[in-house]
Amino acid sequence: MTSIHTNATDWLQQLASGECTSREITQLYLDQINQHDSTIQAFLQVDGEAALEQADRIDQRRQAGQPIGRLAGLPVAVKDILCSLDQPTTCGSRQLENFRPPYDATVIARLKQEDAVLIGRTNMDEFAMGSSTENSAFQPTRNPWDTDRIPGGSSGGAAACIAAGMAPLSIGTDTGGSIRQPAALCGVSGMKPTYGRVSRYGLVAFASSLDQVGPLAGSVEDLALLMEVLAGHDPLDSTSAPVDVPAYRDTVRQPLEGLRIGWVPEQFSSGLDPEIEAAVRESIRLYQSLGASVEEISLPHAQYGIATYYIIAPCEASGNLARYDGVHYGYRTNEQAMLAELQEQRAAVEDGQAPETPLVRMYRKTRSEGFGSEVKRRIMLGTYALSKGYYDAYYLKAMKVRRLIRQDYDQAFQNVDILLGPVTASPAFRFGEKTDDPLAMYLEDLYTVTANLAGIAGISIPCGFTSNSLPIGLQLQAPPFQEERLLRAAHMFQQATDWHLRRPELS
Amino acid sequence: MSEQTYQVIIGLEVHVQLKTESKLFCRCSTDFGQPPNTQTCPVCIGMPGSLPVMNEKAFRMAVKTAIALNCEIPEFTKWDRKNYYYPDLPKGYQISQFDLPMSCNGWLQIESDDGEFETKKVGITRAHLEEDAGKSMHDEVAGKADSSIDLNRTGTPLLEIVSEPDMRSAAEAKAYLTDLKLLLTYLDVSDCNMQEGSLRVDANVNLHIETPEGTIATPIVEIKNMNSFRAVERALIYESQRQYEVWQETGQQLGEVPKQTRGWDDQAEITRGQRHKEESSDYRYFPDPDLVPVKVSSAEVDSLRSEIGELPAAIRLRLVEEHGISDYTSNVLVNQGRGVVDYFVAVAEATGNGKTAGNWVQQDVLRTLKEKEIQIEQFPVTTSELAELLTIIERGELDNSRGKEVFTEMIETGKPAAQVMQEKGIESVDENQVIELCRSLLEQNPQVVSDVLGGKQQAVGSLIGQAKQQNPNINPGNVRQILLDLIQEMN
Repeated sequence: MTSIHTNATDWLQQLASGECTSREITQLYLDQINQHDSTIQAFLQVDGEAALEQADRIDQRRQAGQPIGRLAGLPVAVKDILCSLDQPTTCGSRQLENFRPPYDATVIARLKQEDAVLIGRTNMDEFAMGSSTENSAFQPTRNPWDTDRIPGGSSGGAAACIAAGMAPLSIGTDTGGSIRQPAALCGVSGMKPTYGRVSRYGLVAFASSLDQVGPLAGSVEDLALLMEVLAGHDPLDSTSAPVDVPAYRDTVRQPLEGLRIGWVPEQFSSGLDPEIEAAVRESIRLYQSLGASVEEISLPHAQYGIATYYIIAPCEASGNLARYDGVHYGYRTNEQAMLAELQEQRAAVEDGQAPETPLVRMYRKTRSEGFGSEVKRRIMLGTYALSKGYYDAYYLKAMKVRRLIRQDYDQAFQNVDILLGPVTASPAFRFGEKTDDPLAMYLEDLYTVTANLAGIAGISIPCGFTSNSLPIGLQLQAPPFQEERLLRAAHMFQQATDWHLRRPELS
Repeated sequence: MSEQTYQVIIGLEVHVQLKTESKLFCRCSTDFGQPPNTQTCPVCIGMPGSLPVMNEKAFRMAVKTAIALNCEIPEFTKWDRKNYYYPDLPKGYQISQFDLPMSCNGWLQIESDDGEFETKKVGITRAHLEEDAGKSMHDEVAGKADSSIDLNRTGTPLLEIVSEPDMRSAAEAKAYLTDLKLLLTYLDVSDCNMQEGSLRVDANVNLHIETPEGTIATPIVEIKNMNSFRAVERALIYESQRQYEVWQETGQQLGEVPKQTRGWDDQAEITRGQRHKEESSDYRYFPDPDLVPVKVSSAEVDSLRSEIGELPAAIRLRLVEEHGISDYTSNVLVNQGRGVVDYFVAVAEATGNGKTAGNWVQQDVLRTLKEKEIQIEQFPVTTSELAELLTIIERGELDNSRGKEVFTEMIETGKPAAQVMQEKGIESVDENQVIELCRSLLEQNPQVVSDVLGGKQQAVGSLIGQAKQQNPNINPGNVRQILLDLIQEMN
């Protein structure tokens, strides 16, 4: 079977047996992109020619019997936040519209080393700040299930391209839910690995202590395939962990015996969409039918997750984004216009004293023009929270709560193997529905941020549909570096269900 | 102003570039003087997605220095971001250390060469590591305000050493800097070159003034832009007097006005107020999430402590005790650095005469180094060659002044003493030959004999001159002794 919805794992078999070539597969996805991406707008960049050339090279090497990588010939879409040598890496921002990094992110280097075909760069909320991909400076991405709705974010393009059959594998990043939430809203599988599991080198930083690269795909098996390549210590990233990487592909099909599942009653309180609640409760029953035991778990500090996250993430972002000042690279305001304006203002005041120096004006205009409003909002939040007199009340307090959230998890995982719950409180919403209400948008991360704050692993897999055919996601979480457990548990679910096999009709 | 009407209170902040091969958080070279922006990489120019990785060698070097400064080394230290905007700071923040520095609570002993102040311990508040910023070069010719930025220096490891306000005069401050520099030189952790910026000094200074109402303190001023130790000394002297005059005029006390930053103008020899005031900046420090905290075990501290060689204070004592030189000579030699000390010790041991070796190294060797502007490592006369020369002199085969002639020739030609002497026709003279010569001279000059016998010993002087004319290689002291002995025999 050769369809755009063929699993990557199956593609590998067909490639190995000679049933198809990488060129054929690559062409298949490029055709789908050509046909539908004008509507979906999942990609910011597609270089079909380069992708086909790479596919040909790998086909030749395969035919010649030369050694080839673990992803040989498989198209992979990459979120436009991972630096790629000499390729545009925009982060969905005007600020980096013309930026071409002189180096590869470690993740990109690993994909290249395993002979992946890098098919294109996917759309995202500017600097990964957002939950709808509406904050992209270039285009909104549409949810393939309902093009009037958002795909989630910030890895909206990464999730939508899988759902729309434009790539079998894609790479996203997750700072507060940015892989899991769009995966849930687009009906695909996505994983946020443990903090430190995947190198952040070359990942344009939003919040360094929370950011993590992870895979999105049509199945858990495919996530396992990608994880094996992504994971592992990197000497270029001090925060990447020197922990061995298991052979996820080999173990993912092994069911877990005596699996102990925890669920958190607070997550099922008011605010959770009833259809989502029903689907998640049904998932619990399904696991029970597969032999798992189920237990109620309390995460008492989880309720402070959003508040904590929206202190720590903006604080780190305010520092990380300070470098976009127009001096060394990226966008710079029109200097001629700026100097003329300054001259005019100087003439208008009596003492001839400029309101600010040309340097300060250049900084201010560059940043005002180069960043979108959500990015500015977070830079201001973070700058404020770190300011003299506020640090203890905000940043320091948030760091203390963060530790308590981690302790809650540590305690929970003494009794259960994985935690199960919803990914989002509601299914995909319509464009513009939450743009004027940043707080409502922030609550999209309600169930996901705690995993980032605690640094643990989380996965989102499809577990049903609403009455109007919108996907519903199921979240599983596991202790640090237990991705293998998470993948096996999630695969058990996909063995017993077919939610993950459903794909939207594209018009 | 002749009488002491106030007490100066001085604290110093010294930034030292550590002599590592690569930068603090990336692998770029730290070489000074390369073409602009040739020693950079995505990490040190703050490209998106790049991440810092700590240079372990730099960290160990910093800990070693802190140990030599008698600091406590906490078991846990971390990195913080100091946020501010400047074009030569590409990330928009500097990676530094805020509330948990890698060392604190140390001291450095300072001594006065001429007894101007009593030996004292200056407290070290803390010493912490941070990355250096780049260099901005402002070209404001013809009304244009073009600035260029060189990021070669960005990310070079800097050790910031903050002293307690323990110094009470410009002389003490200068001694602190001199001793600190000497210590860093012995540790071989920095070039300490103020011209190249590998050592930078900021001073905090105010006055305690005795008044009928009690002691009052003047507002603290931070002085920047001092490019030599001499400049530090002069700036402090100037600033003390300026503060005194301002106080007399305004009566302003500490806390009544914000802390001021003033720059030293070396040409005008004054300090000038600077526009950007420290107190207005809020650096919004927070822990750098890109770096992991560093744990330092006591075993690591012990191992680093054992790597520290003998330090100046101990060497000064040892040279006096083992080689019999004066405190003064020992001080001069030690202050020249480990190379000169090693040179001296080698010469002293080869000749067995520390005093002579000390005098020669302290006077003739050091003068040559200064004249030729070279380091002891480039000095053309090896320790064994100098020792050979000193032994020849010691044996009386050369007098001191001829010895210096030979020494000068050795420096110029690089040839050993024996060869120089041979080429210049300087030969050791056979003792019997000298006696023969003296005897004949006495026979020819009976008047001299009778003068000496009459008590006028200086009469032999004229014969020494004649002897030297006949044989330039003779030792005048030796001839004089022989003449006197012969005259006694004749008696």
